[in-house]
Amino acid sequence: MCIDCGCPTPDHSHHHDHKHDHHHEHETQPATKTLKLEENLLAKNDRLAERNRALFEARGLLVLNLVSSPGSGKTSILERTLADLKNELSFAVLEGDQQTANDADRIAATGVPVHQINTGAGCHLDAHMVGHGVEHFDLAATDILMIENVGNLVCPAAFDLGEDLKVAVLSVTEGEDKPLKYPQMFRAAELMLINKIDLLPYLRFDLEKCKAFARQVNPQIRIIELSCHSGAGMEQWYDWLRQGVKAKGKEL
Amino acid sequence: MHEVGITQSIIEIAEQHARAQGASKINSVTVEIGALSGVIAESVEFCFEACASGTLLQGTRLIIIRIPGLGRCGECGAETAMEQHTFACDSCGGFALETLQGTELRVTELEVD
Repeated sequence: MCIDCGCPTPDHSHHHDHKHDHHHEHETQPATKTLKLEENLLAKNDRLAERNRALFEARGLLVLNLVSSPGSGKTSILERTLADLKNELSFAVLEGDQQTANDADRIAATGVPVHQINTGAGCHLDAHMVGHGVEHFDLAATDILMIENVGNLVCPAAFDLGEDLKVAVLSVTEGEDKPLKYPQMFRAAELMLINKIDLLPYLRFDLEKCKAFARQVNPQIRIIELSCHSGAGMEQWYDWLRQGVKAKGKEL
Repeated sequence: MHEVGITQSIIEIAEQHARAQGASKINSVTVEIGALSGVIAESVEFCFEACASGTLLQGTRLIIIRIPGLGRCGECGAETAMEQHTFACDSCGGFALETLQGTELRVTELEVD
């Protein structure tokens, strides 16, 4: 029995006793009542997200929710980041995918603690999955928790996981108008990483336009251009991470 | 994309409140869906019947109230209609719109027997 969220077993098997309605015309009809409610449809997720957030706060963790379309390079950015910083900062990684543990295997190869969450048919991670996912880590010994969300620029925008902030990754092999096409996500993100910039000479991707589009939907968004392949721009990203950890009151 | 999950939340919330009131039947459930909520009202309508099957909401009428988006311009302070997050201010063309309305996603009313 999960004490945090009330789910009966850690494998999410909820029990719902379904009442079936049978209509009998001869029965006396009870009085009709109107109930006024103000129930947010995401209230359950939001409640669990706040619980996660309180846990993360208590541990002084910096928690990032990495979002993007499939193939933008989230896992590759993580691999390189972990390889370069693992002696300086301690990480834990939650990997979200519909199927396979391929990404978790790649992260595990760096020696950093990782746990794979398979959402099956689900299009996003939710706070419940993350709450159970972090049970696999020693959070007290962790500086940064990276949550790699399911590759999807639509649904993860609506589901708070308890993270400090969302980092949206966009690669230059995608269209520069992605921020306009998926405004919800780029509005929800505080940082945008433009990845694969080593490929710019071979593409017709308009970098300046892309940044202008991102600022159009989110005037406050921070933007870092990088390539986890060539290493260009990675130091800027690392500095941003270091500042985030410092802001949590940790000594580096 | 996750409208099935959203629809299941509608059903979960409605069942919970109806049971708490000792109701045996829910005639209608009213939900507000904002234009900026990221949820497609038509998709919720589409999957409601399938999701409601076998629950207290089987045969319940789903009433969806669509809430239009409204924003306030960070540049000139004017209020402007906002059907997407990309909309520019009608008055000055600024993009720094603060969302005032349109992200609603909630169950507001149940009619029960």
